[in-house]
Amino acid sequence: MKNNFHHILTKTVTFLVFIGLSEFNFGSTIIIDAKEKIKSISEGIFLAKSYDTLIIKRGIYKEGNIKIDKPLTIKGIDNPILDGDSQFEILTISSEEVHISGLTFHNAGVNYLKENAAVRFENVNSGSVAHSTFINNFFGIYLAKANNIKVINNFIRANGSKEASSGNGIHMWNCRDIEVSNNYIQGHRDGIYLEFVKQAKINNNHGENNLRYGLHFMFSDSCTYISNNFISNSAGVAVMYSHNVVMTQNRFADNWGAAAYGLLLKDITNSQITKNQFIRNTSGIYIEGCNRSRFENNLFEKNGWAIKLMANSFDNLFTSNSFIASSFDVATNSRQNFNTFSKNFWSMYEGYDLDKDGFGDVPYRPVKLFSLMIEQNKPTLVLLNSLFIKLLNIAESVFPVLTPETLLDAFPLMRET
Amino acid sequence: MKLISKLIKFELQNSIRSKWIIVYSLIFFVLTFLLFSFETDSAKASLTLTNLILIVIPLVSIIFGVMFVYNSIEYVQLVLCQPIDRKSLFIGLYLGNTFPLIFGFVLSIILGTLFSGILLSSLKPILITLLIGIFLTLIFTAISFWIGFRIIDKAKGLGTAIILWFSFAVLYDGILLLIIYSFREYPIENFALAACLINPIDLARVFFILDFNIAALMGYTGAVFNKFFGSSLGIIVSFSMLVVWFIIPFLFGMRRFLKKDF
Repeated sequence: MKNNFHHILTKTVTFLVFIGLSEFNFGSTIIIDAKEKIKSISEGIFLAKSYDTLIIKRGIYKEGNIKIDKPLTIKGIDNPILDGDSQFEILTISSEEVHISGLTFHNAGVNYLKENAAVRFENVNSGSVAHSTFINNFFGIYLAKANNIKVINNFIRANGSKEASSGNGIHMWNCRDIEVSNNYIQGHRDGIYLEFVKQAKINNNHGENNLRYGLHFMFSDSCTYISNNFISNSAGVAVMYSHNVVMTQNRFADNWGAAAYGLLLKDITNSQITKNQFIRNTSGIYIEGCNRSRFENNLFEKNGWAIKLMANSFDNLFTSNSFIASSFDVATNSRQNFNTFSKNFWSMYEGYDLDKDGFGDVPYRPVKLFSLMIEQNKPTLVLLNSLFIKLLNIAESVFPVLTPETLLDAFPLMRET
Repeated sequence: MKLISKLIKFELQNSIRSKWIIVYSLIFFVLTFLLFSFETDSAKASLTLTNLILIVIPLVSIIFGVMFVYNSIEYVQLVLCQPIDRKSLFIGLYLGNTFPLIFGFVLSIILGTLFSGILLSSLKPILITLLIGIFLTLIFTAISFWIGFRIIDKAKGLGTAIILWFSFAVLYDGILLLIIYSFREYPIENFALAACLINPIDLARVFFILDFNIAALMGYTGAVFNKFFGSSLGIIVSFSMLVVWFIIPFLFGMRRFLKKDF
């Protein structure tokens, strides 16, 4: 009898606790497994209440487009695959607080009108995608009018062959306060794409072998880009029409080709490009229409041109950079110069430092006559390294007639910083 | 064959005694050693070294060769009194002159890099530099033999040699630049490339550029250069042109020597 009473008591308490939990919306857990009762994700979402957790077990789920319109946490266990069958968008999220992790997305279909993505957040103010894998999707992660989203630790790869028929790895349009970190993006059109985005933090990402740009942004002010790697993208990295951009400790490497740039800056103002590495690019940085920006402590190594500075750029400061073993240090298209080069290290500097203050006593002129010639007449490039060209360069640097007279580093460093 | 090896042996002893070759080798040794020990990036060091080689080797080879020919005219006359084959004598003299130059150069570069402790991983640019040096020595010695046996007057011959070197090393590029500039409205890439292959010094320069990182820089200028510099086609064409540049002056010089009335 006593035993029986005990049993009833525990049951009641459990029941009360359960009721209490659901009242306070702590959420319950729904397990989706092809072998169990709830077989599809759509069914799981239909059954779930707000703030529930959906656990998706191993399996391939081909359910067309899945819409998520309530706050849910969705976790994958043993890499469940969500397949878009090459025609659908996979997850469309229109609710706050949707957190996704551990899923694998395959084959979101190509659709130029709807821009299908593996995961789309639209009109939401919070959410996250983490630890997920994206293979062969049109767009990987698509954020439209979304704020406070975190995109962390994802692996995104596509096998696009044509620029026109592939989408971006991580696409952001009209967003605020986005964090994109530790993602690996390969084979998309643009690795990371931002348009009308404010205050995004793009950290520790790796963009490689994308069909166009590793990173591409426009009209995106006050964003920071820290410790990213952009390697072997077919056109490098291009950023345009933005203010207050901070780019630090990034690595831009191996972007070779006629229209490939380590970093292309167009109409960028009040920005800081510091401590980056530009290695083995056709052009390290191409600067057009940029004003009041600082280029500090960057390393330029083995580039064709370390810097191409167009004459419509004003009041930029280049200081404490190291220019090592480039074929050309700086190229420009005018005799006018409105920018300042000071206290950089130039490996091609041939001056001396008699007063031992660490700065060369003779100013260094980074714009060579030959680089000006190539700008005007490209076939002259066959004469690279020729003795005649060297003599011309020396003559020009003694009496600058054609190269910009004021573009010089009056305090070239004697040692690399 | 026996005669050729005998002549080479004799010339080797002769040139070691003259100490010319030792100074020449020593300069290369010191240069290589300094460049590779002060420059951490061996590719860049070999670029600088190659730039120097492109100027120094043709100059030294051509002057050394012409002087050698004029100094050994009497000796040749003496030897030709004996019933020996003129062809063998010419080959013997040629190899006897080039071998010490090549030995000295190769040995000093190898020792210089070894002493500066360059790792074997960066061997490729050094090998290319060596190859370029060897070919330039062969080519310019052949040219100098042609000059030496063609022009009897010593001063005239030496002057021709220096002018020839100057035109190959400097003047040619100047004229080429002028032409490229005058015809810049036309698609002149093919011509510019061909013109570079005609001059042995430019050819050696292009051959080195091909294998250096700068090769990719060429992609900037468009399809023609990209195709040439970006594939093995460039290496094959420029290498065979180097061989042609060695064979033609050598044969001309030999023809001259065979017919010459001493």
